[in-house]
This record gives sequence, structure tokens and C-alpha cells, in this order.
Amino acid sequence: MAPSSSAVRAPSEPPRPRVVPGSTLASLLLPGAGRPVSPLLERLLEFGLLSCALLSVATTAGIVAVLAWETLEFARVVPLRRLLLDTQWTPLFHDQHFGIWPLIAGTGLTAGIAMLVALPLGLLAAIYLSEFAPPLLRRYLKPALELLAGIPTIVYGYFALIFVTPALQRVLPGLAGFNALSAGIVLGIMLIPMISSLSEDALFAVPNGLREGAYALGAGRLPTIFRVVLPSATSGIAASVILAASRAIGETMIVAIAAGQQPRLTLDPRVPVETMTAYVVQVSMGDTPTGTLEYRTIFVVGAVLFSMTFAMNALSHRFKRRYLSNSET
Amino acid sequence: MTLRSATRARRAAQLGLAALCLLACKKHEPALGVEPSALAGAPSSLAGVPPLADKFKEAAVIAVDGSSTVFPISEAVAEEFRTVSAARITIGVSGTGGGFKKFCSAEIAISGASRPIKPSEVLACARAGIEYIELPVAYDGISVVVHPANDWAAQMTVTELRALWRPQAQANVQRWNQIRSGWPDAEIHLFGPGVDSGTYDYFTLAVVGTEHASRGDFTSSEDDNVLVQGVSRDRLALGFFGYAFYGENEAQLRTVAIDDERDDNGKGPVSVSPESVTNGTYNPLSRPIFVYVSKAAAARPEVEAFIQFYLREAARLVSDVGYIALPEQVYDLVWRRFARRAVGSIFGGSGSRVGVTVESLLGAE
Repeated sequence: MAPSSSAVRAPSEPPRPRVVPGSTLASLLLPGAGRPVSPLLERLLEFGLLSCALLSVATTAGIVAVLAWETLEFARVVPLRRLLLDTQWTPLFHDQHFGIWPLIAGTGLTAGIAMLVALPLGLLAAIYLSEFAPPLLRRYLKPALELLAGIPTIVYGYFALIFVTPALQRVLPGLAGFNALSAGIVLGIMLIPMISSLSEDALFAVPNGLREGAYALGAGRLPTIFRVVLPSATSGIAASVILAASRAIGETMIVAIAAGQQPRLTLDPRVPVETMTAYVVQVSMGDTPTGTLEYRTIFVVGAVLFSMTFAMNALSHRFKRRYLSNSET
Repeated sequence: MTLRSATRARRAAQLGLAALCLLACKKHEPALGVEPSALAGAPSSLAGVPPLADKFKEAAVIAVDGSSTVFPISEAVAEEFRTVSAARITIGVSGTGGGFKKFCSAEIAISGASRPIKPSEVLACARAGIEYIELPVAYDGISVVVHPANDWAAQMTVTELRALWRPQAQANVQRWNQIRSGWPDAEIHLFGPGVDSGTYDYFTLAVVGTEHASRGDFTSSEDDNVLVQGVSRDRLALGFFGYAFYGENEAQLRTVAIDDERDDNGKGPVSVSPESVTNGTYNPLSRPIFVYVSKAAAARPEVEAFIQFYLREAARLVSDVGYIALPEQVYDLVWRRFARRAVGSIFGGSGSRVGVTVESLLGAE
């Protein structure tokens, strides 16, 4: 294919600065580049950079270790089946129950509503930006959309509590002051840029040859997008969606403020629920003495939450790798 | 090895050492964080360091902590005290239980409490050799509130409250018509203070009969404003919290009159109000709230001055922040109690007692 027409897209990968062979790290980093630097300093700098990279790995390892340790301590007192087979969660109260399902239900409900909002809106925004928007508009619209990601979550939380909930109450009279619905909707709005931006990258990376091939076979614009471009970007889009879902599950501020703090095994979006993250906030802000069984529950909840988001992130990573290898061929 | 490269190697070694030190220091940060209190706990060890000891003395810090219910009063008093004294007052909000924990380990001079001291706390204080002076500063009427559009629950009996809040109600009593037939067949949404608050302790004792025993499936928050928001935006809600938080949000809430089913202290259902709390008819949800002063700290002139100021100004400031002032003669009794440095609790150290007035207890002394 000759890259002659103006419709041809630039490759999505920006050109990388090539490292000149023979140049050293120190000479690249330090002023007066090009001067020979001692190998010792060179190695020190390398070591410094390596420790920066290892820091986040070590932090993650530390978190996993703490969560695992506290969960094991908890499991020695409360058998796992009380965690998984009970339907009530009241560790702080007289009649203690440790059934984690109400918290999982609360998390799933808010995250599910959020995805119902974010997935269609984010995906359609991505399709528009990648396939329809004139280049100039796209240049301003995409960063503007990404601005949504820069709003602090506490602002979203109060937006849900004191604006969205009262507004929804006019339509739905049975809606409680704290509810999964408004928290989920606002959470979804927060996730739109995540889905639209990553999906747009995936759509944009679809080789133009595929589009041109479809046009050449007589397909219109919409069939080309929905039958050719979207399917070939599936893994990239799936990666973005899973990443957003994992973010929705882990989101704390919005749900702690707007969804309530009552663990309740329900899928009714109109009543107060408590998510796993909100429970951790509730206990750690209270006065529960450290080292007690009640306090350990937050680590157990944390471990469950971590394994859920970890699994989703790993899944997303796999999809992303597949899309990268797809778009290269 | 040339001279230059030796210098360089030394410099590199120093750099490495510095980095190591940085890491090590970071590791010790928490230890550094607790050092000031450790110093405060052992002033004798400072004898050899006069400048530092002087500095601690000069600052004259009065550390206050404890109940979030008492906090608004202490805050108002401290604010005005600043105009007459140079002493610095820090006020924390750890809850009544958290406050006593710090109080009984000599970390603070004064602790606010929304219930009297409990046996376990009496023991902790005794073990640490801390003598305390108990000073009632105001009345509170725990307000049971519903949404203004709730047109059915105008009054409830204590028996009904008990049936609603006791542990056995958990996962069982979920609808309004389970409390009283004739009330709507709709879900009830419950809101109450967190389990560390003295208000929760007192409510469970007064209503359920056992301190700290209640159902667990309600929205429980240490932040009373969350409870106000929850009840004021939910037609099916019922909650309880201190009177000051009702007073601040009167327009968005409605109180439920409480009938204790005893006629000797006011017939029929009684609404919470300054009058019904003061004359003892709002039963069993009226209670005194306190500050506790350590006897050792009371010997410090700035602490003594602060407490005297507190008791002198309480009547006015208590009403300002939304609580109910004790009768004047009771403040006199409390003043005399402090002047005598009378240690111990007028409640005998066994925690809350329901249905007694501070007046009778102080008068009986």
C-alpha cells in the first residue's frame, strides 16, 4: 500500500529516541553530556534507577504479605466457611457474622451500574473520536474528555450525594438518601475517560488497510466500523473495560460518601449498601483497637478486594498484549 | 589507584552511605512520631536537658480528647479561654472509649465523655495511678428522628424501640409494619452512631438493656453528620443521635416522642426538648455528659483556670452549641466538687445508669 493519500494514518507508536551506541547512562543524565564518566558512578546511577523500579514491586510484595498474614491470623479464629457461607456481615456488633457476601454484593452492584453507564458512553465516545471526529476537534475533545479523570474522587462523591441523589429522587420517589444507584452512575461518569481514551487508542491502532479493504468491497461507513474496525480492536477494548471495572471495584471515596454504610445482601439499587472499600474506611476511621479480630476483618476484606482487582488487572494485561501483537501484524 | 579516582571512590561511598541513612531514617519515622509522648510520660529523664524541659513547660499545653458529643462544648469553651489565657489547648476526638484510653495512660489532662466511666476504665486508671475528678457539664437528650414526610411514627414506646434495635432483630425486623401493625408495609432504613461512641453505649443500655448489644444491620457512622444526611433524605429512615445534631437540622428532621410506659415520670409519649430533658420526663434517653480531669493535671494552674472557666461559662456556651444546660444549682454543686477535688465517679464506676438525674446524685454526696 502506498502511503500517498491524506487519509493514511500515522503509526500510533511515536518514534523513540535511539540511544547512540557507546553512550553511557551517566553521560545521558548529567550535564556536559559526552564527557567520559567513571564506570563506578555509572554503576551507581544504574543501581539508583533500578531501586526506583524495584520500589513499587517491593511495596506490592509488602502489601500482599501483610494481607496474607492478617488473613491467616483471622482464619485461625474464624473458619473460612463462616466467611463464605453466611449472608450477614456484622463483625463489629453483638451478634457477630462474617459473611462477606453483602459487601461483595454492594461492590458488585455499584461497579455494575458504573459499567452500565461507562461502557456504552465511553465506547461510543471512542468510536466518534477515532472514526468520525475531524482532526482539529479530536485534538481538543480528547484532552477535554480526559480532564474528567483529573477530578478528585471526593468531589465526585459529594456530587453524587448532594446533586445526583436529590435529582434522581424527583423521578424515583422510593430512592433513599444513600443508594447504590447515584454512586454507581457517578462512578460510571468517572470511568468514561478511562474507557474512551484506551479504546480510542485501540481503534486508532487498527491498520488503515482494513478500513480501505472494507470500503473497496463496498461496505458503508457504519458496517466498516462495526464489522471490521471494532472486531479487530476487541482485545484492546476489552483490556480497557476490564481495567475500568477493576477501578470501579476498588474505588473508595464515591461509594463511601454516597452509597451508604450498611452491609446488605441486595441487588436493589435504591437502598443504602456498603462496599468492601467503604467498610475498610468505616473501620479504620473508627476507634476499633488494632490487633483485635474486628480490626483483622479489614485485612480480610482487603485481601478479597485485592485478589479481585489483581485477577482483573492480569486479565486486562493479557488482552492488551494480544492487541499489541495483533496491531503489529 | 590514582588520587583522583580514590577521591571519587570515597565520594561514591559517602553517597551510598547517605542513601542508606536516608532509607534507615525513613524506616524509623514511626518511632520518631511517638517520641514526644514518650518524653511527656517521663519528664524526670529530661532533668539533664534543661533547655528542652523549659520549652515544654513554657508552652503550657492542655491536652483534651474524648467524646465527639462533648467536643462542640469543649471547643467553644477553649475558643473563649484563649482570650484570657496564653495556654494552648489541643482537642482530639477519639470517642468516649478512646479518650479514656488516653486519659488512663496519662497522655491527656482532660477527657470528654458522653457516659460515666466504666469498670474496665476505672481499673485501667487505678493501675496507672490516675485519679480523676468527674464533672457533669450538660444534659443531652438522645433524639430518635425520622424524615419529616414520615406521617406515621409520631411516637414509639421503649418496648417498640427495643424490639427494633435488639440483636435478635438483626435480619428479622426489616419493615415498618413489623414494629406496629398499621404502619406501612415498607422497608425500614436504620441509622445510628458507631460502636465506639458513648451515645451508642448509652442508647443500647437504655433501650436494649445491655450495653453494646444491638442489631448490626444498620448504617453505623462515627460521623453524626452522615446520620443526619441519611435520615433527612430518606422517607423510610429512622435514626438516633445527640440533641445538638437535631437542633442544627431541625427543619430536615422530625423527632419521635418516646413513651417509657411509666407514669411516674411524665405520662404518655414525651418529645425531646430542653424542658423535658431538664425535668426528667424525657426518659430513658436523657443523660448527662461529662468532662473528666486528672487530679494531677488539676494541680497545674493553667488546667485549674481552664476548668473554672469551663464551669463558669458552661451554662451559656452549652445552649449555644445546642445542648441543654444543667440547672444553675447543679453547676454550683459541680463547681464545689471540683474545688474539693473530689475524685471518683458519682455513678460508682459502674458506667451509665438510666433514669437518674445528676442533681440527685450530686445532692446525695
